[in-house]
Amino acid sequence: MPPIIEVQNLSKKFREITAVDQLSFTVNEGDVYGFLGQNGAGKSTTIRMLLTLIEPTGGSVKIFGMDLQSHRREILRQVGAVIEKPDVYKYLTALENVRLFAKISGIGRLSEAKLMEELELVGLADRAHSKVKTFSQGMKQRLGVAIALVHDPKLIILDEPTNGLDPQGIADIRNLILQLSRQRNKTVVVSSHLLSEIELVANRLLIIDRGKKMVEGSSAELFDPAQTVVELETLDNDKALAQLQASEWNGLLQPTRSKLIVLKMDRKQIPLFHQSLAAMQVPVISLQPRHSLEDYFLQVTTGKQHVEAFTN
Amino acid sequence: MKPLVIFIGFVLISLISSAQDVTGLVKKVKTRLDRVNDYVAEGRMKTDVAFIKAPAGKVKIFFKKPNKFKLKRDGGISILPRGGVSVNMSSLLTSESYTAFSAGESQINGTTVKVIKLLPSAENSDVVLTTLYIDEANLLIRKASTTTRENGTYDMEMSYGKYAEYGLPDKVVFSFNTKDYKVPKGITLEYETGEKPAADKLKNKKGRIEINYTAYTINKGVSDKEFL
Amino acid sequence: MWKLLQIELFKIFKRPRTYISFAAITALVGIIQFGLKLDGTAYMEFMLRDLSMSFDIEGNILNAYLVCFIILQLLLVHVPLLISLIAGDLISGEANMGTLRLLLTKPISRTEVVFAKFLAATIYTLLLLLWMAILALFVSLLVFGSGDMLNLKSDYIVQLKSNDIMWRYIAAFGFAAIAMITVASLGFLLSMFAENSIGPIVATMSVIVVFTILSTLDIPIFNAIKPYLFTTHMIGWKGFFDVKVNADNEAIAGTVQNLGKVMQAAGILVLHIIGFLTASILVFRKKDVLS
Repeated sequence: MPPIIEVQNLSKKFREITAVDQLSFTVNEGDVYGFLGQNGAGKSTTIRMLLTLIEPTGGSVKIFGMDLQSHRREILRQVGAVIEKPDVYKYLTALENVRLFAKISGIGRLSEAKLMEELELVGLADRAHSKVKTFSQGMKQRLGVAIALVHDPKLIILDEPTNGLDPQGIADIRNLILQLSRQRNKTVVVSSHLLSEIELVANRLLIIDRGKKMVEGSSAELFDPAQTVVELETLDNDKALAQLQASEWNGLLQPTRSKLIVLKMDRKQIPLFHQSLAAMQVPVISLQPRHSLEDYFLQVTTGKQHVEAFTN
Repeated sequence: MKPLVIFIGFVLISLISSAQDVTGLVKKVKTRLDRVNDYVAEGRMKTDVAFIKAPAGKVKIFFKKPNKFKLKRDGGISILPRGGVSVNMSSLLTSESYTAFSAGESQINGTTVKVIKLLPSAENSDVVLTTLYIDEANLLIRKASTTTRENGTYDMEMSYGKYAEYGLPDKVVFSFNTKDYKVPKGITLEYETGEKPAADKLKNKKGRIEINYTAYTINKGVSDKEFL
Repeated sequence: MWKLLQIELFKIFKRPRTYISFAAITALVGIIQFGLKLDGTAYMEFMLRDLSMSFDIEGNILNAYLVCFIILQLLLVHVPLLISLIAGDLISGEANMGTLRLLLTKPISRTEVVFAKFLAATIYTLLLLLWMAILALFVSLLVFGSGDMLNLKSDYIVQLKSNDIMWRYIAAFGFAAIAMITVASLGFLLSMFAENSIGPIVATMSVIVVFTILSTLDIPIFNAIKPYLFTTHMIGWKGFFDVKVNADNEAIAGTVQNLGKVMQAAGILVLHIIGFLTASILVFRKKDVLS
């Protein structure tokens, strides 16, 4: 069974700016794959590259085991997507929109009953014949989901699906994702800048920052004591880092944007690490283990809004 | 002095006598034309004016005494030299008030003709001078040249055939001078083909209209509404 | 492809904006017809001023064929503005609405999208011209009657026989279609570069307006660049209303004075269409959808 998505060394440069930098990750069948990062971290660019909206400057993408560039059409036939605000044709009705996108999605003509069923699923059946311009943001969001699902895709990609939604809307989307995964057996990729949204639904996670992969793993792994993140602050971090790189701890060092040195190790190893630092005469100021993904996310992604989001 | 006075007196006398002579001839021609009360003629008209591209086409001509005249073209539009006089031959002679002078003889297509100049008596007449070239033997006007105040000089050449007994021509060729034609490009939004019409061709200020009559219906009555 | 085209047409004709153009054409043609019906004689006197000095012109000069010619002359300069309203919006409008990204994640190639949209714009253009033909020619025939047509050119006058005109109008509308499709393809190309429809619409209109002014200004220094402006060739339809003459200066029915030039103009416009369309495909295939 090949992975549903296999991304290798994917890069995108916009003139001077590198939006996505050598990104590699794998999504397996049945995953709810959480894609985390700040605004501007490269999530949207990556997702748009998966959907062929943006052409990569490097790397490769395989979906359903096929190369995305050469098998674009076959792949996209099996993909449903909601990209940020799910904007649809405002001058058409909900039903007309669903029918139109069903047609383009390469499936045969669908009966009105089937289309209505789709609208029923997202609770818009009673508004099927209203023009979309009369819809609230939440209704548009649900319509977007109906459009993403109408052709019964294997893979569903949701880019920031909760942007601009009220708490009830956010909860609805969360439930829908779980429903799709558990009841319909879909593979879902969902991106967000809010960990709190993702951690409740995702079984696997990828955190990116400035286009680079920070961490990837299953939720179980990332919350696992065996994967404890240790933050080290010393009087001279540069020197300490050099010393660690030369030591047997090198393999545990993690990339980071913070001034601290970050390592990932089993909780049980921490006393040994202490001793080792003392032996190397590293002038330690603090050494702090973090055991939750949340802390890690906070650390790799700095920004006021995230802090607020987490402290709420 | 004396010989000169005698000479002038002689010339005057001969002029007057010849004037009486030619007036008689014109009257005879007119009498013949007067036999036609009305006619409807069919014919084919060709227009040759440097700045007009017109197709040759059928025309229908209506005439009723004394001077009602109408030319109708199938398709509707006719462009004719200004001043119906040139088209309407008998109108040349309708006015009684003219003075006729003989101006000798000439040849038109091998026929000897009398050249007669008509001077309208009315001072405000648009016609300044008409020169008729009359085939005396057949009492037919072979050519007429009319000079007007407003519209220059018209020439009219007639050829006769079946309807000669009524003094009606088979073929009339009008020649006339044309004024410049130019409409500003801004109004026409001209499409430039890049090809300029030959300048000398457009400068040719002589226009020609040729009508070949195929059939006349004479004195069968013509309704007045045809002339509206 | 056919399915996509259907969808594009469905979208175009579901929008109120589409009908603005049809309403505008109806109103403009109606106004011109009304004006000419009421006061056409004065207008004709003005146009025939020079000619009337030497000639008596009689007959139904202001008939449907001339009215249609006057309407086309006045309107065809402005129809591009109506066409850019739709063409300039084709891609940019979807980018602005946010539907472009959804559309392009569907299993359809971008080239197909370009062709479908271009064809839809072409059909829209043709329908607009057809509507104009119905109003300007056929309604005029009812109102003004038929007859010979006088084409008053700046240097000379062409008289066309009434039975030698209809085919010229068919050819002229065909030419106008090519000209308007050129505008549509320009608007379409420009719509690739923006994420709101105002920009490309205004840009297309501006290009047309500036080029048309340069094309029609009779100023020597601009004459050198005229052949390179596609708007110069857009009035080539008028070429169909000039005839050849024989040695006797007699118009020959069924001929066109400068058919070669007219065809060349049409060819130049077709090349523009191909150029704009090719550029559109190339740009669109490489375009990163960031909207």
